[in-house]
Amino acid sequence: MTDVPTVRLGGDVDPGVDEVVSLRDVVVVLGAFPALAGASLSVRRGEMLLLAGPNGAGKTTLLRTCAGLTRIERGEGRVLGLDVRRDSADVRRRTGIVGHSNGLYPDLTVAENVNFWGRTVGATSDEVEAALVRMDLAGRLRDVAAGRLSAGQKRRTALAALIARRAELWLLDEPHAGLDAAGRDELDALLGAAVAAGATVIVASHELERAGRLATRRVDVVGGRVIDRADGASDGREPRS
Amino acid sequence: MTDSTAQKPREAARRDPVTGTRFTRVLGVACLAGLVWLFVFAFFVTPADVNQGESVRIMYAHVPGAWLAYLAFVVTAFSSAMYLWRRTRSLTWDRLAGASAEVGVLFMAISLVTGSLWGRITWGTFWTWDARLTTTAFLFITYVGYLAVRGLGGSHHQRARRSAVLALLAVLEIPLVHFSVVLWNSLHQEASVAGNTDVTMDGLMLFTLFLGVVVFTLSYVWLVLHRQRALHLRDLVDETGLDRALEARRAEAASS
Amino acid sequence: MTPTLRVARAIAAKDLRVEWRSRVVTNQVLPFSALVMVLFAFALDDDGITERVAPGLVWLAVLFSLVVLVSRSYAVETADGALDQLRSSGVEPAGIFFGKAIALAVQLLVLQAVLAGLAVVLYRASIGAEGLALFASAALLATVGLASVGTLYGGLAAGVRGRETLLPLLVLPVLAPVLIGATRCTESAFGVEGVETSDGWPWLGLLAIFAVLFSVFGAFAYGPLIDE
Repeated sequence: MTDVPTVRLGGDVDPGVDEVVSLRDVVVVLGAFPALAGASLSVRRGEMLLLAGPNGAGKTTLLRTCAGLTRIERGEGRVLGLDVRRDSADVRRRTGIVGHSNGLYPDLTVAENVNFWGRTVGATSDEVEAALVRMDLAGRLRDVAAGRLSAGQKRRTALAALIARRAELWLLDEPHAGLDAAGRDELDALLGAAVAAGATVIVASHELERAGRLATRRVDVVGGRVIDRADGASDGREPRS
Repeated sequence: MTDSTAQKPREAARRDPVTGTRFTRVLGVACLAGLVWLFVFAFFVTPADVNQGESVRIMYAHVPGAWLAYLAFVVTAFSSAMYLWRRTRSLTWDRLAGASAEVGVLFMAISLVTGSLWGRITWGTFWTWDARLTTTAFLFITYVGYLAVRGLGGSHHQRARRSAVLALLAVLEIPLVHFSVVLWNSLHQEASVAGNTDVTMDGLMLFTLFLGVVVFTLSYVWLVLHRQRALHLRDLVDETGLDRALEARRAEAASS
Repeated sequence: MTPTLRVARAIAAKDLRVEWRSRVVTNQVLPFSALVMVLFAFALDDDGITERVAPGLVWLAVLFSLVVLVSRSYAVETADGALDQLRSSGVEPAGIFFGKAIALAVQLLVLQAVLAGLAVVLYRASIGAEGLALFASAALLATVGLASVGTLYGGLAAGVRGRETLLPLLVLPVLAPVLIGATRCTESAFGVEGVETSDGWPWLGLLAIFAVLFSVFGAFAYGPLIDE
């Protein structure tokens, strides 16, 4: 694996934009329910942020808001320098969200799946290859049909697709769910390497200990709001009681 | 995005959740009076037709019904376009489109049933494939589908966007269907006596027909106004809880 | 290459590759369509009649098979949330529309060829050179319309509850003009009941208008219809 081209994670974007996510008092309503009730969040480039919190707290909605997939009722949101309300299509293109489903085609091989996602943005074969290498899928797994993979391998394929798509912000919703211990270790190693190579990652997870070791920062999501318990933190708010 | 301009009608609606206003009450009385007038004229005052006999009286319900079906279709299409156009985007247009479609389906059914009965009584057949009747049948089915899609759930704006696009696709589809059926019928050279709805009309019959159109149109307006407001109230029920829900949601944080 | 074209190409290739790998259309849908043709013959129970209505039966079979093909096309997308991922990734919706429509069109053309052949065999339809040209043209134009409408409404039905029953209800009324036009063309092509082959060509106009309208407007309508 000597001459494999490496892909620069974090994209070719405007280096002036250091604050990748900037949400201020965002309210997102699902049906009649305020999933986010005034959430504020700030994420810098190259960080790995852990979102912790109970079920129903709004972690998934927060991730989806960063991905440009929700409608903001109140407040302001900027992702990668773009206004989430006005430029949601661009936000979607430049971010990648992976939830409990992986977005794969079961009949196609790993390589074909990743190649497809790369093709949608015009990635070269080299870039696709580099994505496979980074997620450790370039070996014997590359020609295995996606439907036959283990949960962990599918998860890695989904992440390789993110890389091939040149996503600049990774949003992972419970990435460890459904993986066995070995799978989780693998995933952690790869995520760590990705962050080291420049990716910005936000992870929502129940696996506090494990994800906590990886993450550069952690915030809690409770009742649709974000609480940063770190001392001297300049973002996030304490709840007004 | 709650703007203060929307608060007043919301509060008014909250206090008094009724869809009637003085205008609709007056209109309602006028419709009732008109319907009675129409009934009397249609069944007693106007003469029977030279060719068709008494069965021509169905025309006074069938023709206005068909007219309303198409009017409702146009209103739904127009409202859908207004919703999709950014400058006039408002859920009121979406609700108007929905109300018009519901009432329109009713009139389409009236038109189809009366047309069918008319055919049966006069010429012995329940159905003919003439262009207008067939197109009305397609309009009916298309709108049943439209209403099914409206009922799929999701946020109000999701519903509005999906339905609006669907309604505009119907604007594309219905003329195509009509055109195809006309072409198709032109192949069948035999002059079909059945379905020939030409009626020689004297002044009184013409007047009654006109009266029918007016009365049905007023009834349509009355129905749509009420239905649109009822839909508005239903949407409000979803929306007004927001502030209270926000407080409750934040309380989760304090208690954890 | 514009983004839309690039996306369309990637998706059409992907859809066809999935079909090539899984062979669901060849192993399941084509037999279904053939079965429909046979069942028509049983129901009508008269060689003279089936020969006369063969064109209509062929296109009815195509329509029913279209519903199945569209369901399959979107089942592939929803198996592991791929359509959701396409949407979440901001992939150009018009590109998705054209890509899936092209793949669907290829499958439809294969289907029509098979069914026409079956009509010759089962219903004793006969076809000459000019007839063949007419049929091929009609099939091509009708397919563009069928693929566009199928992809469009299939996308709407894909993400919602009650999708299986919603799809035919939405799609079949819209396709009535295609059924009428294609059947008339095919009647002329097969020379049914002494209809001249030359009578069929004007109907191509109807099919062409339908094809253009729905492929163009479909591209615009697709985004809002699949969006959440």
